[in-house]
Amino acid sequence: MSNFTKEDIQYYANFARIDMPDAEAEKFATRLDTLLEFSDRLKELDTTDVEPMTHPLAIVNVLREDTPEDILDRDEMLKSVEDHEDGLIKVPNILD
Amino acid sequence: MVVNKTASELQSLLHSRELSVKELTEATLQTIEEKDKTIQAFLTVTGPEAIAAAEQLDNLPDDKRGSLFGMPIGIKDNIITKGIKTTCASKMLENFVPVYEGTATERVKDSGMVVVGKLNMDEFAMGSTTEHSAFQITRNPWNLDRVPGGSSGGSAAAVAAGEVLFSLGSDTGGSVRQPAAFCGVVGMKPTYGRVSRSGLVAFGSSLDQIGPITTTVEDNAMLLSAIAGADYRDASASEKPVPDFRNSLTGDIKGLKIAVPARYLGEGVDPEVREAVKKAIGVLESLGAHVDEVDLHYSRYAAPTYYVISSAEASSNLARFDGIRYGYHPADAKNLNEIYLRSRSEGFGEEVRKRVLYGTYALSAGHHEDLYERAQKVRTLIAQDFQNVFKQYDVIVGPTSATNAYKLGETIKDPLTLYANDLLTTPVNLAGIPAISVPCGFAEGLPVGLQIIGNHFEEAMLYKVAHAYEQATEFHKQTPPAREGN
Repeated sequence: MSNFTKEDIQYYANFARIDMPDAEAEKFATRLDTLLEFSDRLKELDTTDVEPMTHPLAIVNVLREDTPEDILDRDEMLKSVEDHEDGLIKVPNILD
Repeated sequence: MVVNKTASELQSLLHSRELSVKELTEATLQTIEEKDKTIQAFLTVTGPEAIAAAEQLDNLPDDKRGSLFGMPIGIKDNIITKGIKTTCASKMLENFVPVYEGTATERVKDSGMVVVGKLNMDEFAMGSTTEHSAFQITRNPWNLDRVPGGSSGGSAAAVAAGEVLFSLGSDTGGSVRQPAAFCGVVGMKPTYGRVSRSGLVAFGSSLDQIGPITTTVEDNAMLLSAIAGADYRDASASEKPVPDFRNSLTGDIKGLKIAVPARYLGEGVDPEVREAVKKAIGVLESLGAHVDEVDLHYSRYAAPTYYVISSAEASSNLARFDGIRYGYHPADAKNLNEIYLRSRSEGFGEEVRKRVLYGTYALSAGHHEDLYERAQKVRTLIAQDFQNVFKQYDVIVGPTSATNAYKLGETIKDPLTLYANDLLTTPVNLAGIPAISVPCGFAEGLPVGLQIIGNHFEEAMLYKVAHAYEQATEFHKQTPPAREGN
């Protein structure tokens, strides 16, 4: 059974900003098919009246005073940036 | 040689000033240099930083010395360390140096420990063999042709090989417990919220927990006491008071009520593993525990549920890696979109890309309800299953892994075998409850782990049971061939 076509994979890969040439897309189609078939098992269960669980603990909003803490050093952070100028990060043109 | 001593032996030598922290640190670094040639657990060894930290500790007066004073520790490389490269075993973060300290490592240092390096793992903690590391293959100290498990394989192998007595790993679906089982050491996955996740590079945010790996239950209890507790940097870190977990190591488990899910010893579990675990359950009974078989009906749905939820959360969490602010940056990219595409395609390994893709699909319009929301509902059923058992029982016991350590290269070919193994570990993360793995014997000469699962915030109970079992057996005293020769 095949659920994913090469084109499907390329469609979803684009959302995740992952480059997906044809050969790769075919490989990933097979792998995702396996995962999706695996998830079919969940359809055996009747979940009509079950509440979805979003988090393991029942925590209500945790608030604190709006005071700045852990202020990070800009120069330290810029060390990991490829290209920057005057404390700002440089990127190539957004429009060609 | 000092590195073959136990943590408490080393601590008394340090307190009587017969041994300095600097001497212990130097000996540890030397051991790592020798043993890691074959084990390859460490991605980064922080020699100069460790020596400098040791010298500072040696100057501390007695009343300022923390609970784990002078103890060397290795940290899984997805837990950030200020000024020390943190790669997540990914090309994406090959040169990433964090600008702040994670809470767990900050507390490790506050307790007097010396960080000696960063440990190998499956890339971004996605995997169960550590073979998905972008950098190196870590070997199981019990048999060099076997994997150490994963994703915290480096953390477990380094402790098993005697390179360090303590390490930190992280557990999203079994990544502390399974490598601990494969390497014959003790690994604890605490309750979700017991340890702050600030500084842990996020994989599945509703599942991730940092956990200690050690050779003994007592050491493990001490390390968890040191790192656990509320943290203003992580709103999900619980305000619940953290006990000194050592106080629960009484050895007394008379009257303890143990549940053994039939499924945990059922089909797919290796006969020798089953035998070892059954014997372990017999030991617990002989110590006065009462054992019943129970049914955890929904556990067979845990692995597919886990793959949907963890991949969905990962696809969202890993969106931050865009090649701009930090991380892999492709050369000569012509426009912004090309930076995104190339940094993520060239920076992430195949397993990571697969899970991001699956998660993106699961969250996309048209599939969200059928896949992601359905998984969240099944998650509720799995969590309720546990709650029903804990109404009548103190702990749940079973194997940590269905098999012993896989052969290197064996597993990648058959992902479904790996997924089947996840039945034993992933339900715990989905429910957010704690579980510990302790050595309970051997299958084909390789260690087997006994998993003890408890209710939310019942780590003290798990340590009590694990310690009682450990003291009644000799398995924790057996060491792998790779540890000998000192």
